[in-house]
Amino acid sequence: MINQYPLWKYLLIVVVVAVGALYAMPNLYPEDPAVQISNTTTDEVDEATRRQIEAVLAGRGIVPKTGVEYDGQQVLLRFDSTDDQLQAADILRTALMGTQNVVALNLAPATPNWLRAINARPMSLGLDLRGGVHFLMEVDMEAVVTAAHERYVGEFRSLLRDERIRYLSVERATDGVVVRFRDAAERDQAHDFLRREYRGDLDFRTSESGEVFLITASLTQDTLTDQRRLALQQNITTLRNRVDELGVAEPIIQQQGEDRIVVQLPGVQDTARAKEILGATATLEFRLVDEENDPFEAAATGRVPSASRLYRERDGTPVLLRRQVMLTGDYITDAASGIAQDTGGPAVFINLDAQGARIFSRVTGENIGRLMGTVFIETKTETVEENGEMVRRTTRTEEVINVARIQDQLGRRFQITGLESTREARNLALLLRAGALAAPMTIVEERTVGPSLGRDNIERGFNSVVIGFILVLVFMALYYRVFGLVANVALALNLVLIVSVLSMLQATLTLPGIAGIVLTVGIAVDANVLIFERIREELRNGNSPQAAISSGYERALSTIVDANITTLIAALVLFMFGTGPIKGFAITLSIGIVVSMFTAILVTRAVINLIYGRRRRIKALAI
Amino acid sequence: MLNFANANINFMAQRRLWLIVSAVLIIGSIFMLATRGLNFGIDFTGGTVIEVGYPQPVELEQVREQLESAGYGRAIVQYFGTSQDILIRLAPREGENTADLSNEVLRVLRTGAEGGVDMRRVEFVGPQVGEELREQGGLAMLYALFGILIYVALRFEWRFSVGAVLALAHDVIITLGIFSLLQKEFDLSVLAAVLAVIGYSLNDTIVVYDRIRENFRKLRKENAEQVMNKSVNQMLSRTIITSGTTLLVLLALFFLGGAVINGFALALIIGVLVGTYSSIYIAAALALSMGVDRSVMLPVKKEGEDAPEEGRP
Repeated sequence: MINQYPLWKYLLIVVVVAVGALYAMPNLYPEDPAVQISNTTTDEVDEATRRQIEAVLAGRGIVPKTGVEYDGQQVLLRFDSTDDQLQAADILRTALMGTQNVVALNLAPATPNWLRAINARPMSLGLDLRGGVHFLMEVDMEAVVTAAHERYVGEFRSLLRDERIRYLSVERATDGVVVRFRDAAERDQAHDFLRREYRGDLDFRTSESGEVFLITASLTQDTLTDQRRLALQQNITTLRNRVDELGVAEPIIQQQGEDRIVVQLPGVQDTARAKEILGATATLEFRLVDEENDPFEAAATGRVPSASRLYRERDGTPVLLRRQVMLTGDYITDAASGIAQDTGGPAVFINLDAQGARIFSRVTGENIGRLMGTVFIETKTETVEENGEMVRRTTRTEEVINVARIQDQLGRRFQITGLESTREARNLALLLRAGALAAPMTIVEERTVGPSLGRDNIERGFNSVVIGFILVLVFMALYYRVFGLVANVALALNLVLIVSVLSMLQATLTLPGIAGIVLTVGIAVDANVLIFERIREELRNGNSPQAAISSGYERALSTIVDANITTLIAALVLFMFGTGPIKGFAITLSIGIVVSMFTAILVTRAVINLIYGRRRRIKALAI
Repeated sequence: MLNFANANINFMAQRRLWLIVSAVLIIGSIFMLATRGLNFGIDFTGGTVIEVGYPQPVELEQVREQLESAGYGRAIVQYFGTSQDILIRLAPREGENTADLSNEVLRVLRTGAEGGVDMRRVEFVGPQVGEELREQGGLAMLYALFGILIYVALRFEWRFSVGAVLALAHDVIITLGIFSLLQKEFDLSVLAAVLAVIGYSLNDTIVVYDRIRENFRKLRKENAEQVMNKSVNQMLSRTIITSGTTLLVLLALFFLGGAVINGFALALIIGVLVGTYSSIYIAAALALSMGVDRSVMLPVKKEGEDAPEEGRP
């Protein structure tokens, strides 16, 4: 009885197959074209909005497939066709205009609840299969360093002035900041002072040229790395907010390398608009509120006091702010949300740089007890259609995101309170951090796939896998008969398990990924061919069928392992060096190799054992 | 039905002939690569590619004129698959806002078209990114070869390792040579295919080597040449069946997979054909020419007895 597996091996196979099949199942359910409504400021669509959506849809006679799905955060509407989806999206966009609710098109998987309960989800499809746009954006790191240098120039000037140290000039040089002095004593005094002030941040060097004494300050390597990292982080945060504004479901925004950001927007077709919004610049300003005049009257009559400007809060409430700016957002180095120590309410903590802190402590010290408004300013370049022509227009939106009473003289670090919830505080901190791009960015790579091509790609990819697969199945069955059929079972299982592993990992399936699966079919077949050829050989050498099966599997094993490991090496190298599409290919290929070893060796052996293992005498094998 | 059970072809006797054939193919490929070069896609050169679909067949000349009058006279316009699909290529140019170029071109095409133009695909790669991708691609290929060299040297013997890597280089060079000859576009997906060819062809070679090692241990009377011949013949059916089934799948991919993965499938088809040839005719022959014999394949048991000096270079 050489061809029998212990019970645990059968059980193991049954369990793996069952789990694999279960987690592959969500891919059988089609995706519904859906409209997703989410809220950008609170992350929560409220009851009122939900009722409004229901009313608007009912008024137009639109009935979503499964009603208005509401999970307490988002509203999801499923439709039978893309046409219904687009129509509903248009109507809702108009109805919800001016609110903080974003209407996005999405494909919602129709996974049944019991599958969702065990966390079984379908594979996500890459942009080449579902359509969408991929941008690679490069952050201008030189600009980051230049900006840092410029900031230090300003800081040095005011610090030295405050310390009453006389200098000739402070200027930005190619690799740092140069301060010139008339005599050595003042230079040395300044040197000591600045070194103390900027310990760890800057390196200082002194030198003389003729009658002039110099200090050259340059950023330390750590500071430089920090500045770059911060700039990249801030740009990513900013981009994320901007993408929310575009109304994209499931966007991907990731760092790539040291100075690049990948932005993937599934389903976005209007790349021109996407480019404009991603490149927009935004900033913050703090202004005193004009408490003497009535903003409602000013808004109603249009007569605004000359020292003030009329602004609007997000909910449309008019506010009068003084023309004179207390502080601009350029001085904010960081913002974080938390709990105010005095009131226990939600708060946003803001960090300013040295110069900003000095300015702010002066102007707030003079205005304790008065109201201050935080203005969010955004500049966007948009291409709009006007009288049938496309016109480029730069728009500047300014809105008051917060009005709060100044309770104390504010310095380098201060808090804004009076916020409604911790969620709002978090969002404000985010907005403050993400208010502006830390450095300009350029698009260095773009890949856009239209929806029609995405559909074609899925269809063709699917067809070629199926047809290639059937051809192989037919050949194997004809050439190896019973053994071929067993191999075919393993091959089918191989596909199911690959899909299942991809779904479990939530890996993204791309067109090259499909090609990887196709190639895996070849590899899985190869393992079985090696085994079966070996068995035939053993039979020719006069071995009994049982012995031939046993030694065939044993002898082929090392060959299969060797062959597969070398292919795995190639796949891993691809994974490490490749980007995007190539990575997808490497992932499916790697998974395929490992899975094929399981199916082609263990599973086929188990089935063969079940067929032949129990018989005492076999005259011939159907191979 | 196919039957290779009793195959007994004297591959090793003809090895000079096949080595010469391969040498000629390699020299030809290198000549092609040196003179005509590869038709690098925008992944490597940088530039913009726009694929658009028209509701009805469209004249290339008409599209060219339209682009020319808008100042894009340098655009290369060609059909892509059908006469309703058009591919437009634009090389990168200094001082131009390249990221917006695709939108401008689409706008130009849309203004003149009745029934609308369907944007199917836009790819833009900055020149710098292209250069990096080229560099990374070359590096990936070298690292893959190097990793394989080490693995095979560990599992077998250095002569096999060198033989395997030479056979791989042979496959890669000839595949690239054919791409150069056909002037098919060489993009990232084709590069991935070439790397997959490395894995695949190696697979084939390893399987043959494995059998050679086994036979050296088993067959005591035959000389090295006979052992190699026997091994290649024994593995012939497996080599051909595996390549055949893989080709079936690849042909399906080539004909049905759509234009985007056409190049990928073609590179693999060429690679599998060349790889199969090289693992039958070249890989073992190379190892033999380098002086592989029974002594190097046997595990060292007693010092100085079974492991003579020939084991080292």
